[in-house]
Amino acid sequence: MRLFKIILGVAVVGILGFLGIKEIIADPVYFLELFLGGLTRGSIYALIALGYTMVYGIIQLINFAHGEIYMIGAMTALIVASVLGLWGWNSAVIVILAFVFAIVYSCAYGFTVEKIAYMPLRTAPRLSALISAIGMSLFLQNYVMLAQTSEYMPFESLIPDFKFWEPFSHIITSVEMTIIVTTVIVMILLGILIKFTKIGKAMRAAAQDKIMASLVGINVNRVISTTFVVGSATAAIGGVLIACHVGQINFYIGFLAGLKAFIAAVLGGIGSIPGAVLGSLVLGISESMFTGYFWSEYEDVFAFSILVIILIFRPSGILGRDETSKV
Amino acid sequence: MLKLKDIHTFYGNIHALKGINLEISEGEVISLIGANGAGKSTTLMTTSGIVPAKQGSVEFKGQDITHMPADDIVKLGICQVPEGRRIFPYLTVAENLDMGAFLRNDKDGIKDDFDYVYNLFPILADRKNQIGGTLSGGEQQMLAISRALMSRPKVLLLDEPSLGLAPIIVKQIFGIIKKINEEQKTTIFIVEQNANLALKAAHRGYVMENGLITMTDTGKNLLANEDVKKAYLGI
Repeated sequence: MRLFKIILGVAVVGILGFLGIKEIIADPVYFLELFLGGLTRGSIYALIALGYTMVYGIIQLINFAHGEIYMIGAMTALIVASVLGLWGWNSAVIVILAFVFAIVYSCAYGFTVEKIAYMPLRTAPRLSALISAIGMSLFLQNYVMLAQTSEYMPFESLIPDFKFWEPFSHIITSVEMTIIVTTVIVMILLGILIKFTKIGKAMRAAAQDKIMASLVGINVNRVISTTFVVGSATAAIGGVLIACHVGQINFYIGFLAGLKAFIAAVLGGIGSIPGAVLGSLVLGISESMFTGYFWSEYEDVFAFSILVIILIFRPSGILGRDETSKV
Repeated sequence: MLKLKDIHTFYGNIHALKGINLEISEGEVISLIGANGAGKSTTLMTTSGIVPAKQGSVEFKGQDITHMPADDIVKLGICQVPEGRRIFPYLTVAENLDMGAFLRNDKDGIKDDFDYVYNLFPILADRKNQIGGTLSGGEQQMLAISRALMSRPKVLLLDEPSLGLAPIIVKQIFGIIKKINEEQKTTIFIVEQNANLALKAAHRGYVMENGLITMTDTGKNLLANEDVKKAYLGI
């Protein structure tokens, strides 16, 4: 069985590699476009997937309402930008305020969702919390639909076309570039937060052993809340950025984006932060290649097939730890 | 200093502690001995606030801490080295020690305490950057005790420090426990199955059976007691 898997793997990689190299040589610019498009897509996935993976790491829960937090981020930015636009404010101020409001709102929602839907179920079986998460997701979707509208709303890009970027804009637009750069900055900041700050250390400790964490004086409930807030903030940034990129949003955008980011988190190894980033980039780029070289209609089918394949062959993901190796 | 009055603790429907009374004075070393499942670890978990008591009270310096959250109890200076050591498996030795000092902000003091524990257990200094989960059992126990010391506890609760360790390491660890008590004036509460060692190290001892304290006396007297000898010392 093992040998069979290896042969199969080598064969698939070999054929794809051969075809791939042929295609790249035939049209390198097209390949570069697809690659950068995939990188953009992967960056957005990464911003969302971080929330999934951090929450899973700490309370072993798939927070299905996380996609909705991302949608709420985009919605808030749209509302703020429209209102301020009507008042005729300066566009740079609008961008900053839209981001700030989106982050604050999403964080508040993430915090509240945890307090209402998950905290009372802390000691309940995991399935209860999972069902609660799905319920929360449906509630938030419908709530936003009722409060706003079910129609698609145009989202005017908050990010201008930069003058200095014009020579490259046929390969990658300035919005895409902004997405990639922002994501890199967010990742670096998050890395610093987790590696060096007190709350970051508390998060890592609580993820490894909650009882011991409280025995060294860590308030575990506060750490869990912080995790939700941090995850919501990155999701909100992702929401605003993708809305700028796509140009329209509705109450339902969180569902598919959330699922894709979830696949990315599983692909990278759920619970692992570098894994979520790597998984997102791999998923984004391979999706982009698939739609570019094969069939664009089957984009989602491709993503979900990846999920099935990982779950069969490597359930712990690319960088995930095997449960059994835990000490 | 620490007083447990008529403590009843439940795990679901299981009545684990059935009215425990226990008292520890400042600067003492107390041992609680008993067989598997007698409720020794539960006594510590109730004291630390992880499994709060259903009935009765835990008092620390006159303050009722029965229903205080676990992290606030640590703030008061009651620190536990739990059963199975519970080293953070993916943090390095130094990071584990740093977690022990989580509540402190005095950088210089923390640095001094790093030196202090590296002095107590030089092996930890050599293994500073090694991942906690890869240490041997004895090293993990040393790390667990050191991590607790990093919080500068007033009361140190130790759950089975000898469990699964080679006799020579057990001896070393008990030597250090004694040293901590004498040098730092830390009050120490040891829960042990190794009755001989625990009673020798302790000023006073308690014997526990089926969720109840059945005997209490000085360590010396308990060691000489016929019933204790028969049941726990195998003489």
